[in-house]
Amino acid sequence: MSDLHGKSGTGAPVLIADALGVDFGPFRAVDGVSFEVRPGESLGLVGESGSGKSTILRAIAGLAPISSGAVRFEGKPLGKRREKAFYRHVQMVFQDPYGSLHPRQTVDQILSEPLAIHRIADGERRIRQALDEVGLGSGFRFRYPHQLSGGQRQRVAIARALITEPELLLLDEPTSALDASVQAEILNLLEEIRQHRRLSSILVSHDLAVITHLCERLIVMQSGREVETLTSRQLVAGEVTKPYTRELMAASEGFRRKEPVPA
Amino acid sequence: MTNMKSDTAPLLEVRDLRVSYPTRDGRTEVVRGVNFTLGRERLGIVGESGSGKSQTGRAIIGLTPPTGRITAERLAYKGTDLLTASPRQRRQIRGGGIGMVLQDPRFSLNPLMTIGQQIVEALRSHVRVSGSDARRRALEMLERVRINDPERVFGLYPHEVSGGMGQRAMIAMMLIAGPDLLIADEPTSALDVVVQIEVLAILDQLVAERGMGLIFISHDLRLVSSFCDRVLVMYAGRVVEEIEASRLSEAKHPYTRGLLDCVPRLHNDRHPLPTLQRQAEWAV
Repeated sequence: MSDLHGKSGTGAPVLIADALGVDFGPFRAVDGVSFEVRPGESLGLVGESGSGKSTILRAIAGLAPISSGAVRFEGKPLGKRREKAFYRHVQMVFQDPYGSLHPRQTVDQILSEPLAIHRIADGERRIRQALDEVGLGSGFRFRYPHQLSGGQRQRVAIARALITEPELLLLDEPTSALDASVQAEILNLLEEIRQHRRLSSILVSHDLAVITHLCERLIVMQSGREVETLTSRQLVAGEVTKPYTRELMAASEGFRRKEPVPA
Repeated sequence: MTNMKSDTAPLLEVRDLRVSYPTRDGRTEVVRGVNFTLGRERLGIVGESGSGKSQTGRAIIGLTPPTGRITAERLAYKGTDLLTASPRQRRQIRGGGIGMVLQDPRFSLNPLMTIGQQIVEALRSHVRVSGSDARRRALEMLERVRINDPERVFGLYPHEVSGGMGQRAMIAMMLIAGPDLLIADEPTSALDVVVQIEVLAILDQLVAERGMGLIFISHDLRLVSSFCDRVLVMYAGRVVEEIEASRLSEAKHPYTRGLLDCVPRLHNDRHPLPTLQRQAEWAV
């Protein structure tokens, strides 16, 4: 559980979702979910596949329609189209680093693109700093994604997200495609970055332990609806009120034989 | 089954198993001398990507792609040498003697056949039964994997069922011809946690009831040890440690300890998480 971020949670919320709904044709993927993210806070969204947790992130990023309700970022409601400046302040890291990096661009080109889009000067220094921050030396700068391991690619994806110095980071299962030992490195990196910058984030994961590791608060979701919102501390202490959350917790403990099976 | 030499031979003998693939700089070995003997027990093989765990499983059942080369001092199923067996013998063993459940039912089931047709095909390629008998047995098998409405699921195509349902159908298909050994390669990694536990419970029950041998391949050390009797930990193509699953906490190899330690936990979480410092000598 994150006690390291004592200063988080003060000031006006960075993002407010008010009865957010997302429809894909007749299918309601997200059904009236409300939450807020305070400055420096990390909010977790946890649930099974199809629970709508990733769709919430995509709706914030403008990759899925906001069909009903409203999302406000720094007080301003988000419309159908996002302004360019929005993407300077809100960045996303996707699950699969094999799919989210351009295979024919070098790390240098990948990191230069957001700088060019947002006309940010001082590119040279920023690229070096971003690579440094994610623990990749300058030796990685002119490599292609296929010359990197999964963990290194995810570091590049995180560097790309950080290079515009965003206020809000959207993390969609950032470690679930990685090996356990690499996951630990990326989780440590994300935590370091949060301490270093006063960065707010929304983390989507199916793994309760990953969520409680990085987030102060979490929302448990099921079939597009919020089941309950609680702090990581409450979850770890077992102070949950909904049976579904209990079921998730039991399942994450791993497999247990009901009665011993004869060998 | 014919050609089975004796019932006293172990279910599976693996001695100095090596699998290699051609690369630009000559052949690269991805499995480098794996040894184990399996009885009617549950064996876990754990490792990270590239450790050779899946290549080991595939070599046993004979699913190594043509460019891969398998050598072994001995690779035998119930006394039958798998490397010198005729294609006909191998076909008998594959499915009839050894079954394999793969990770993702979306890719491992045939998208053009209904679930029922696939189970019936699996049965009829090993056992002579009439069409109506095969259908009846397939329906029974679907019931055994706790599918509530077997008649309906029998007629569905793989894309019409959920991941958990697809994986149960895969298990039904693999067990219907009554194999003695099941290789499950990440059988639940593509499933949600709650479904994962259900599918594991079904697998566990069927393997125990039939007294089968099981090789459970996974990246998840804790899951494997809660499921198996014995665990092999693989790193860079070799087994670096073998432990009784119940004594996992006494693991000695730094890689095994590192793998156990680096996972975030609900209780007793650590900040920052301990990371694995890979040593060059582990791969030697």
